[in-house]
Amino acid sequence: MNRKAFLALLARDAHVARRNLGPLILQTFLQPLLFVFIFGRVMVGSGYLPAAYKSLLLPGIMAISMVFTGVWAVAMPLISEFQFTREIEDRLLAPIDISWVAIEKVVAGLIQALVAGLTVIPLAWIILRPGLELHVASPFLFAAITFLVAGFSACGGLALGCSVDQQHIGLMFSMVMTPMIFFGCTYYPWSALSKFPILEKIVLINPLVYASEGLRATLVPQFPHLWLPLILVALMAFDILLLVVGLRQFRNKAVS
Amino acid sequence: MDLAIRTRDLRKIYNSPPPAAAGRTGPLTSAVGKKTKDQKQQITALDGINLDVAPGQIFGLLGPNGAGKSTTVGILTTRVRPTSGTAWIGPHDVWREQTAAKLQIGVVAQRPNLDFSLTAREILLFHGAYFGLNSHERTERANALLDRFKLTDRADQLVRNFSGGMMQRMSIARAMMHDPQVLFLDEPSVGLDPQTRLLLWEIIREYNQKGRTVLLTTHNMEEADTLCEQLAIIDHGRIIAQGTPAELKASIPGGYLLRLRFGHHSAPLLERLGILSGVTEIRASENGGADLYASRGGSLIAEIANAAAALGVELSDVHISEPSLENLFLHHTGRSLRE
Repeated sequence: MNRKAFLALLARDAHVARRNLGPLILQTFLQPLLFVFIFGRVMVGSGYLPAAYKSLLLPGIMAISMVFTGVWAVAMPLISEFQFTREIEDRLLAPIDISWVAIEKVVAGLIQALVAGLTVIPLAWIILRPGLELHVASPFLFAAITFLVAGFSACGGLALGCSVDQQHIGLMFSMVMTPMIFFGCTYYPWSALSKFPILEKIVLINPLVYASEGLRATLVPQFPHLWLPLILVALMAFDILLLVVGLRQFRNKAVS
Repeated sequence: MDLAIRTRDLRKIYNSPPPAAAGRTGPLTSAVGKKTKDQKQQITALDGINLDVAPGQIFGLLGPNGAGKSTTVGILTTRVRPTSGTAWIGPHDVWREQTAAKLQIGVVAQRPNLDFSLTAREILLFHGAYFGLNSHERTERANALLDRFKLTDRADQLVRNFSGGMMQRMSIARAMMHDPQVLFLDEPSVGLDPQTRLLLWEIIREYNQKGRTVLLTTHNMEEADTLCEQLAIIDHGRIIAQGTPAELKASIPGGYLLRLRFGHHSAPLLERLGILSGVTEIRASENGGADLYASRGGSLIAEIANAAAALGVELSDVHISEPSLENLFLHHTGRSLRE
């Protein structure tokens, strides 16, 4: 691997992200924070939801922000750069194996997803306190889960970005992202599905379930959550699977 | 010394329609339509291309749209996977040693593919960084290229707002940024105004004088004739003639081409014309006409008109062209490059 070229590619993405910082921030945080405000503050404050819901909600919102950011940061540029203008061509011609061009995109997306996820915590804390009870028993586990969630977001962005055409972006969000979020145990714990035995099993193919439950297990372990080793293994498997699929799609798209 | 570019029996068969950038959207698709089991249409874009380009040459690939020029460039620049055959840049097998090959080449694609998220200057600076230039070299080269391509006053604007000609200049500047040994230009002067085209030719010659190899594709005879030292004429994925422009032109029988049109075909007339002095070859063409290759031009007209009149055939149109690559292409394929 050509380290200089890789770092230069990363610097290019950082530069572009900096240039678009304002819209990027709004796009990343506006929707989750509105959600936190309405459900965590308005609904809880008016007594429609119990006070404990604040703490239950936070890990889910963090997972949504990370997944949305990672997918968006990798998929959207890829979709447009592989289109008619072939903007990505100059990076494909950089003196580095083209798989590394894809991996660089994943690293850039992973960093953005991490930043998004870690920023949601203090922002939500400001909106939700008092009454927010976070118990990070093992910072190491929390870091590992957060990293794996960011990883599958960015790898998912790669796989989606190399499989979807520009005219189907809307469809990608309504057909893939929206069901993923609603069936991702984001606004409720997985145990809440125990009365829906079939759904309870089906949602386990959704990687976001492991992201929300993993963050729940490490941030608010007082709530019921999936078994932690299962979460770790599932997240790792999704990371690897999506990376392999994404790289294959990328190579197919890059070379005719 | 190694050749700068070498290909051996290069073939490319597309199973799905090739990308438009591969230049196969023109009317002269060389499609050898073949249905496979799964009913996919296979398109043969290259059918055994052998090229030898010496270092320091300006080499031209001349051919109509869809002849296979862009596919050849695509394979040589790692962007297209060859179905069979091998391509080398210097000592590097392009497909097997992609990174080493990419270090040696600069590429200007047929359509501008600039990084729309960046300004003109940033495009050059980041491109330099991809190729490992240090910050001082990057800044210096970027400034020099912006100046040379007359883009300095727009250097800090996003290129998405540039005109087509400016984007084209920018693409060429970018390809030269890391000073590659071999520069590929796919139809570089399409869409350029005559003044910019002259600037481009000057810059290409200048670059070549530094000992760099240039391979350009074109369907413009003038460009091929004035700029290239060696030419390969390509059609339907095959090379149909190769040599210096002078050699190629000299290979046309007679040199002059007289395209004649008559009221109607007449075999005896063609026979009569064939024995006129200086005529080396005559071919009947469509719509009641004939293409006549001869060692002289205008002085033949009176004799042709007399011969036609003697047989009662009306000579309705005459077009004389001097020895040119256009005539050569026509001679080999029966079609005009512009068709």
